[in-house]
Amino acid sequence: MISELVDSASTYANDIDYLILMIGLLTGFWFVACCVVFFGLIFKFRAKPGVKAQYITGTKKHEKQFVSIPHALVLICDVLIIVGAIKVWVDVKQDLPDPDYEIRVVGQQWAWTFQHPGADGKLDTEDDIRLVDELHIEVDKVYHFHLEATDVIHNFSVPVFRLKQDAIPGRTITGWFEATKTGEYDIQCAEICGIGHGAMGARIHIERSSQHAAWISDNTSDSALAAK
Amino acid sequence: MSDHAVEEGHGHGADHAHDDHHDVGWFKHYFWSTDHKMIAKQYIFTGMAMAVIGAFMSYVFRMQLAYPGSEVPGFGAVSPGEYNALVTNHGSIMIFWVAMPVLIAGFGNYLIPLMIGADDMVFPRLNRLSYQIFLISAVIIIFSLFVQGGGFGGAWTSYPPLSAKGEYSLTPSGSSLWLIAVALEFVAFLMGGINFITTAMNSRAPGMKAFDVPIVVWMIVIASILFMASVGPLIAGAIMLLFDQQLGTGFYDPSRGGDPILWQHLFWFFGHPEVYVVLLPALGITADVMVTFSRKPMFAHKLVIYTAIATGVLSFFVWAHHQFVAGIDPRMANVFTVTTVLISIPIAEMCFVYIATLYGASIRLTTPMLWALAFVFEFLIGGVTGIFLGASGSDIYFHDTYFVLAHFHYTFFPIAIIGTIAGFTYWFPKMFGRMMDERLGKLHFWGTMIPFNLIFIPLFFLGAAGQHRRIYDYTNFPELAVPWMQNMRILATTALIVMLLFQIVLIYNIAKSMMKGPKAGPNPWNANTLEWTTPSPPGHGNWPPDAMPNVYRGPYEYAHPDREDDYWPQNEPPEDQA
Repeated sequence: MISELVDSASTYANDIDYLILMIGLLTGFWFVACCVVFFGLIFKFRAKPGVKAQYITGTKKHEKQFVSIPHALVLICDVLIIVGAIKVWVDVKQDLPDPDYEIRVVGQQWAWTFQHPGADGKLDTEDDIRLVDELHIEVDKVYHFHLEATDVIHNFSVPVFRLKQDAIPGRTITGWFEATKTGEYDIQCAEICGIGHGAMGARIHIERSSQHAAWISDNTSDSALAAK
Repeated sequence: MSDHAVEEGHGHGADHAHDDHHDVGWFKHYFWSTDHKMIAKQYIFTGMAMAVIGAFMSYVFRMQLAYPGSEVPGFGAVSPGEYNALVTNHGSIMIFWVAMPVLIAGFGNYLIPLMIGADDMVFPRLNRLSYQIFLISAVIIIFSLFVQGGGFGGAWTSYPPLSAKGEYSLTPSGSSLWLIAVALEFVAFLMGGINFITTAMNSRAPGMKAFDVPIVVWMIVIASILFMASVGPLIAGAIMLLFDQQLGTGFYDPSRGGDPILWQHLFWFFGHPEVYVVLLPALGITADVMVTFSRKPMFAHKLVIYTAIATGVLSFFVWAHHQFVAGIDPRMANVFTVTTVLISIPIAEMCFVYIATLYGASIRLTTPMLWALAFVFEFLIGGVTGIFLGASGSDIYFHDTYFVLAHFHYTFFPIAIIGTIAGFTYWFPKMFGRMMDERLGKLHFWGTMIPFNLIFIPLFFLGAAGQHRRIYDYTNFPELAVPWMQNMRILATTALIVMLLFQIVLIYNIAKSMMKGPKAGPNPWNANTLEWTTPSPPGHGNWPPDAMPNVYRGPYEYAHPDREDDYWPQNEPPEDQA
């Protein structure tokens, strides 16, 4: 249901969407069931002249079932949701697959700086490409990002990836993504970071291998070439 | 002379001499009173005044979101800094200066002595001091909006380093005043909490056993315990943050060995139980109102209290679900997902009990009953949408979006507005001795509930489409600047304005009914609990000294098969003792 509203463009986006759908169906069932019973009872037992209410205290055994059976069913739903949630969480946040490339993402008031590996494919070498508010990646490759913040807390959010991670000053947080679709999408800062928070957007460019190689060569500076 | 109540002791055999001192002058009566009923009204009306301020803020920032950059009538153009200050203080005011004072302090003060058959709180002067400190904190938070740099704009969660340094927040005075106001407010409620717990434990009428205490009193006492147990770490955290701001310490500064995430733990260790601190009294009000107008016993009455205690205990172990993507160890998320999703069990159980209470009832759809039923329905939406956020996997996407915002407004609005109005309209005859206008009450009910849903259902969709929070102008994000999303924002804003306009009906109804409403007898709803056994409004000391009530049965003995009347007041002696 989320992919109707936002493109899904990472390997784990569908997992998260399915988890949301599952929770939606389970909670939706309970919501509808409760509403039917609730409004049904209000309609059925509205005051009628001369009719006294029934003395039901809910302490007899057969009365308690009205609560204990749904209680057990809710518990089963909870277990399903917990298992699904943890499975998705472990895939997205906990177990990182080996990277093809690494990038560095730095949040500061109020811009994103992206450090891309250059032609050598390695981060922290002389041919790294640093850009502000513009991230270029290759489709179908596993990226590790090293997320940092220089001043306050920011949040690196890429809605089409279903990815969100706070950037904390003083820490480097490593996460991953693998894009499945080419195109240009939003990057948003999703943690309030001061008066410029509402303008702290960037764009992610997901490119095919050949496009990406061309972009790297276009952006490799003369000094870096000379150093080679 | 009302001060001397504290020296006299409050046992039921005690001398209720202060009944003789009615004429205390209007200043002592309205501003320096130690009477729990007056302090309750002070809290409730201060809370309502703050709600008007908080509502005006929501009007301004919703207008900015619907029509970015345009002049907002009554305010002017909204700058990004002002926008942040508005959303921050809207949240802070609505929770700390509306929900807390009205639900805990207001209803707690009014109801606890009256419902347990006591003549006042056990610490009346502490009670007065509590309100006075609260009032000072309210003045400070309003004052903070007008200092240089403007009000604090770092969100009601106040995460450092943004909140810790003036160079980051650009509101050096606003952020410190915000912290001082919040800390003072906590001090006020600590005093209130001590009072509520002690009074409920020590001053119950003779014969009143634990389960003869009405659910709403139970809930306020449990909430007070939760508040007192959770607020300590945050007060310590707030003082460290104040030191970081004003003395240049580095508790939250990573470059000097501090840790910004420490604040988040301290804040949410308080912040999540706080949700239940305000939820439980609202649930209690709803229970009492529903039972009275269902004319039958509460279904599994003890179970409600057990589930409230279970919810309260569990609420101390869920705080990190606010921090799933905040940079904590990812393995922690698995633990907190389990605890968070499990809290759905006691809450669902409570929901089933409330629904089951309607079975076999004789339902009277009075205004208070409509609000109580609306509470159950709207809170249900808040409850089920919370599961998406408590489950770590889906929270990665929903974190800090309007889905979260819509979810917690579907919990806090039922709590702070629906539950409060259910209670206020139910106990209004007791508080002021006059009935409210039912026709106006129902008009106000529908005029509030329909727009309320039209505000927040669109916001669920916006959040699901990835709209993140605390953004003053979405045109900066191409994926969020699309026409259908803007139309949703305009719809939500329009519905908000309609809902706010309908509150005039409530204010008019209150004013009119206080002066000209038909006189209410002591027990206009034919209810069982003790507050309905004394005149409306009750005098100083609550009952005449020779007529303090004794209790013979539980609070929910409606429709008893052995009786002609469909109610059976708690203080009515059984026939063999009469």
